[in-house]
Amino acid sequence: MKFAVITFPGSNCDRDVYHVTKEVLEQPTDMIWYNDKLDLSSYDCVILPGGFSYGDYLRAGAIARFSPLMESVTGYAKDGGLVLGICNGFQILLEAGLLPGAMKVNDSLKFVCKYTKLKVINAGTPFTNRYSKGEILNIPVAHREGNYYIDDEGLAELIANNQIVVKYLDDEENPNGSVVNIAGICNKEGNVFGLMPHPERCAESILGDGSKDGYELFASILDYVNKRGEKCG
Amino acid sequence: MAEKPWESEGLTKEEYDMIIDILGREPNKTELGMYGVMWSEHCSYKNSKPVLKRFPTEGKHVLQGPGENAGIIDIGDNQAISFKIESHNHPSAIEPYQGAATGVGGIIRDIFTMGARPIASLNSLRFGELDDEHVRYLFAGVVEGIAGYGNCIGIPTVAGEVYFSNAYKGNPLVNAMCVGIMDHEDISTGRAAGVGNPVMVVGAATGRDGIQGASFASDELTEESEEDRPAVQVGDPFMEKLLLEASLELIKTGALVGIQDMGAAGLTSSASEMASRGGTGIELDIDLVPKREEGMTPYEVMLSESQERMLVVPKKGKEKLVKEIFSKWGLHAAVIGKVTGDGMIRVLNKGEVVAEVPARSLADDAPVYQRESRRPDYLDEVQNYDLSRLIEPTDYNQSLLEVLGSPNIASKEWVYQQYDHMVLVNTVVLPGSDAAVLRIKGTKKGLAMTTDGNGRYCYLDPERGGAIAVAEAARNIVCSGAKPLAITDGLNFGNPMDPEIFWQFEKSVDGISQACRALNTPVTGGNVSFYNESPEGAIYPTPVIGMVGLLEDINLATTHHFKDEEDIIILLGETKEELGGSEYLKVVHNLEVGRIPELDLGLEKKVQETCLEAIKAGIVKSAHDCSDGGLAVNLAESCISSGLGARIKIETDLPPAALLFSESQSRIVITVTKDNLAKVEELAKKHAIPFTKLGEVMGDRLIINNLIDLEVEEMKRRWQESIPSRMEE
Repeated sequence: MKFAVITFPGSNCDRDVYHVTKEVLEQPTDMIWYNDKLDLSSYDCVILPGGFSYGDYLRAGAIARFSPLMESVTGYAKDGGLVLGICNGFQILLEAGLLPGAMKVNDSLKFVCKYTKLKVINAGTPFTNRYSKGEILNIPVAHREGNYYIDDEGLAELIANNQIVVKYLDDEENPNGSVVNIAGICNKEGNVFGLMPHPERCAESILGDGSKDGYELFASILDYVNKRGEKCG
Repeated sequence: MAEKPWESEGLTKEEYDMIIDILGREPNKTELGMYGVMWSEHCSYKNSKPVLKRFPTEGKHVLQGPGENAGIIDIGDNQAISFKIESHNHPSAIEPYQGAATGVGGIIRDIFTMGARPIASLNSLRFGELDDEHVRYLFAGVVEGIAGYGNCIGIPTVAGEVYFSNAYKGNPLVNAMCVGIMDHEDISTGRAAGVGNPVMVVGAATGRDGIQGASFASDELTEESEEDRPAVQVGDPFMEKLLLEASLELIKTGALVGIQDMGAAGLTSSASEMASRGGTGIELDIDLVPKREEGMTPYEVMLSESQERMLVVPKKGKEKLVKEIFSKWGLHAAVIGKVTGDGMIRVLNKGEVVAEVPARSLADDAPVYQRESRRPDYLDEVQNYDLSRLIEPTDYNQSLLEVLGSPNIASKEWVYQQYDHMVLVNTVVLPGSDAAVLRIKGTKKGLAMTTDGNGRYCYLDPERGGAIAVAEAARNIVCSGAKPLAITDGLNFGNPMDPEIFWQFEKSVDGISQACRALNTPVTGGNVSFYNESPEGAIYPTPVIGMVGLLEDINLATTHHFKDEEDIIILLGETKEELGGSEYLKVVHNLEVGRIPELDLGLEKKVQETCLEAIKAGIVKSAHDCSDGGLAVNLAESCISSGLGARIKIETDLPPAALLFSESQSRIVITVTKDNLAKVEELAKKHAIPFTKLGEVMGDRLIINNLIDLEVEEMKRRWQESIPSRMEE
């Protein structure tokens, strides 16, 4: 399968994601400069990486959504293409309206970088099929604006459609104060997924506390795409 | 001109006369401003140069020693590491967020200027005590500033140190270090060579910010210093991220002759230093410099310290390529002049020459002073304090909890959780251990890095304190499984015109030099920060050592926390009755006195070699430097971070407080499985170092003889809650 990793000015996890899909998962991956290429149809998955696109000035992700490439990403997603937004990428997906809700500054008003325990709520998405429902994951976060917010009506809809994909384990583990401890959500169709934690930072056991839980997320995408290919082929 | 024009530029009458001699005429305002900043201590090192010559700067790994933007060391496989530490103390005292942020930005620029991709940031911070509200404001602001800049630009802040003492109440210390990696062929220098080559300014536009910042940094802080807030620059990490990527892309093209960061003294320093290194001159036109503000005078343009700018000299004909690369990243790149053969910095404004001075005279020929030096009177009093009169505590558990709860010893999680310490996916050993360890992608190798310094030790004995800083840094590197390679130094002192301060400075440099020679870790560069004084007096003399080490095999990276029950705990080295200058004395007896621990550099080296050999043999499960807080704190820390207890039985004639809290040097605590105990004993014998089996890892309590019996959870609470509880007041 073929991954695309988008680099906006100020993205800073683009090389990290590239490293994981290209070197660890050993899949062809292109890094795409935000205004170099607009046709994404040849890719099996498009990843919006973390960082501070446009310095996060105004609001995290608020300027990146206006870049020409985001129109292509929107079209790609509407056609059923897999889109993964990590951290700042998640923020951009919210700003672009590809996922519902909004992001506020952490309750602590501080940037927070640490490992967090997550619980898998929906293991049926293309991004989480290698996990099991209820599985506890150990994946680090690093953000200042990760306090996910959605109104009651929207929340009811997320729950009804099984769009909450991962939650922080409990209030104690929640690093930012997000609504019902949400860490990541998908769209109704399940092909667009955004999460605050950084799976690319725990895809190799040599790093940090040794968790490889993030690897399985990327491997899920690969499995999904391969199976889809078999079906079509 | 004013009656004494030199005064407003921070120069003396004698220095003004020297300038007249150089030029053969009176300087105009712009020229005098240029000399003012270039001859400030911050840029010229005029008071420290003769002393800094004492540092050992050569070694077989050293590719670039002091004198460039940053030092470079070879790590094999055609790869090299560039690293340096720099202070931003005064700006941080006035405007903590921006002061610290631009400190980080400045040192990062120094690293990618050398052609290296920055892979890690570290810092070394000093503040007053946290019971003071203004100190809490400074501490919180500095940490947020470091986080704000480092997190946004996407360079992990992986290690550092923070100490609190009233000596820093009015003058905090903010030293930032950056480490970068490169292939040998990408090494760049700040040299303006090739007469006729264009000179370009790239990055941000020039504004009025930070004018005379270098001069401001070379003066004491006073009650009025807050009025100097405009002299503090404002940082834009997003801009610097673009500048970093564009600069590295440009360096890769091979189109460059030289590149230099515009930091302190802005265009004046970058132009004169590049020309001086190249043995050339530079002619530049003020009109061509992209500006943010209307009506800037030549004086303002030449002295602006606007951030995120670089001066580059490409090969003639490559101007378009430079512009293309920078425009891709949305940045300015403008030709502002050319390299000349006459050795002059010539500044044009609307066709007229507004300044014309020899480049060398600005960059290299600042006056050098051999300052008077005198051993301070206070030393006899503090060193001869009779510690034998001290009463032993009645409850050692209580004493240990108090020491663990001291913000100097306590968990720094509150700090490092605000720093992104994992971006770039290289961080193998997380903050909180002895040294940070990063893998080098595509190789088996790893890098260990740390910052270390103990101001209290240096106040009580600057020479030995300086040596201990190096020894401890090296011990931290060794405990993580790496071989120490080289250091960068951040030398923070008071006013060098005070002979007693200058003596502290000289002695610290001597101590650092001795230890660097003994441990084979040359000095590759660094920074001197004088005038760290407030109305309450000078800071403790505080040399900070930034050290980098190499792991041949990243899988041997070692951490300090205990691993498994029944592992045997071993002390390499020896505990002596050395409570002078200890954290215990400060916390329990409210004393900062005594003779600081002895340092036998021969023994130090052997202890380190033993530890490293054991790690390389693959038998060490944990290793932890025994220093601040002593053996009891060392063991408690390994318990706390693992959740495992330990049972320790030591036969000794030492008084209990000394056994637990003495800060004797050259000690490392390691754990091994029972089967490997004999192997370590053999190694210790081979190297002829003291070896003691202390006990074993077990249960959930730390028990030391009949002195200490504490639940790990209880120690952890005290240690973990200390800083957050003070900051939430």
